[in-house]
Amino acid sequence: MSGNHPHGSALSETDLRVRALETLLVDKGYVDPGALDALIETYEHRIGPHNGARVVARAWSDPAYRERLRTDATAAIVDGFGYSGRQGEHMVALFDEPGVHHMVVCTLCSCYPWPVLGLPPTWYKSAPYRSRAVIDPKGVLADFGVTLPEGTEVRVYDSTAELRYLVVPMRPAGTEGWSEDRLATLVTRDAMIGTGLALEPSSVGGQP
Amino acid sequence: MQGFGPIRPEPDEALWHADWEPRVLALTLAMGATGAWNIDQSRHARESLPPGQYLTSTYYRIWLEGLERLLLERGLVTREELGDGVVREPARPLPRRLELEAVPRVLATGTPTDRPAPGPARFAPGDTVRARTMHPSGHTRLPRYVRGRIGTVESVHGAHVYPETHATPAGDPSPRWLYTVRFEARELWGEDTTASAVHVDAWEPYLEPLVAGAGR
Repeated sequence: MSGNHPHGSALSETDLRVRALETLLVDKGYVDPGALDALIETYEHRIGPHNGARVVARAWSDPAYRERLRTDATAAIVDGFGYSGRQGEHMVALFDEPGVHHMVVCTLCSCYPWPVLGLPPTWYKSAPYRSRAVIDPKGVLADFGVTLPEGTEVRVYDSTAELRYLVVPMRPAGTEGWSEDRLATLVTRDAMIGTGLALEPSSVGGQP
Repeated sequence: MQGFGPIRPEPDEALWHADWEPRVLALTLAMGATGAWNIDQSRHARESLPPGQYLTSTYYRIWLEGLERLLLERGLVTREELGDGVVREPARPLPRRLELEAVPRVLATGTPTDRPAPGPARFAPGDTVRARTMHPSGHTRLPRYVRGRIGTVESVHGAHVYPETHATPAGDPSPRWLYTVRFEARELWGEDTTASAVHVDAWEPYLEPLVAGAGR
């Protein structure tokens, strides 16, 4: 996105502006500098799509958990894994099935389920995705190199309120008897947004 | 709005594209946690950028512009102070400050928006509704592409803080019933769409009942 600024000076100008802003807010006592670093560290290293992958893997292997996720995703995710809070206060799970694929977007801004997926990728926040996902989701999937089986319908969810959506993709064939940890390696972030599918077992190595 | 070109996932999937971006994220979250404004007021501040600027700005640039606007509007900083980062005016009292030790708890708690319902829900799953034709000058969360279109209530989510009033300077958090409404994609876009349906979360004032025989 820095490509929007052909002149390097534009970037350094913003750097200076943000530095002045941070100094000001710290010196005024509005923000704790330690808290700023902790916030960044949290979303760089602690919270990310590995969280959501564990939720999906359990939904694949445990029918009771899957049902719980369907009826009250917020509670199922908190009670099962402790993932909760900011931008995931009200969770809804969408279950793909043969012939039905789900895709999540926020056309108005960039609403995204932070506790299970972390911060959204740049493309999710960009005008091309936000404008096209609701009209031409199969075209969007083509941009990601994904083709759905003929006749599959795509249901798009636009995150216009504080509900946050997690797509539970279909479990790939050939994974019978796999542990939750191993199943989680097949669950990509894009599969949980609906711009991808779960990986095939042949694409990941390792033993059961 | 269309014509923005293909979606370009980045091979390296970098979270940040400049050193200042994580600082803007953290400053925005930390200031949001002070209670100086609410999330709908901050969304409104970001959306209120001139349209040409909004569409040509990077994501965190929009956040930076929104944050500075909120700080200025509330008299928490002056333009002169923003220019060089030097404090000239005393700090204004704020409801809270996000301390380092509180970060995990505050993030894990978040800000739930469900509230006790103000009365019975007007709609139930299966009801046919029309999204209102409306063009408010303030903040709204009803996307333009569903306005005036007919859909079906898919689910009811209780009452949630209503963003239209929450985003105003008074910050009125009165709740309204919230529904997920399913619109057939052809109802929205015509024959060429590749979606089967588009679902939108809509507060009750965004919807009107469709009276039998009163169709378009």
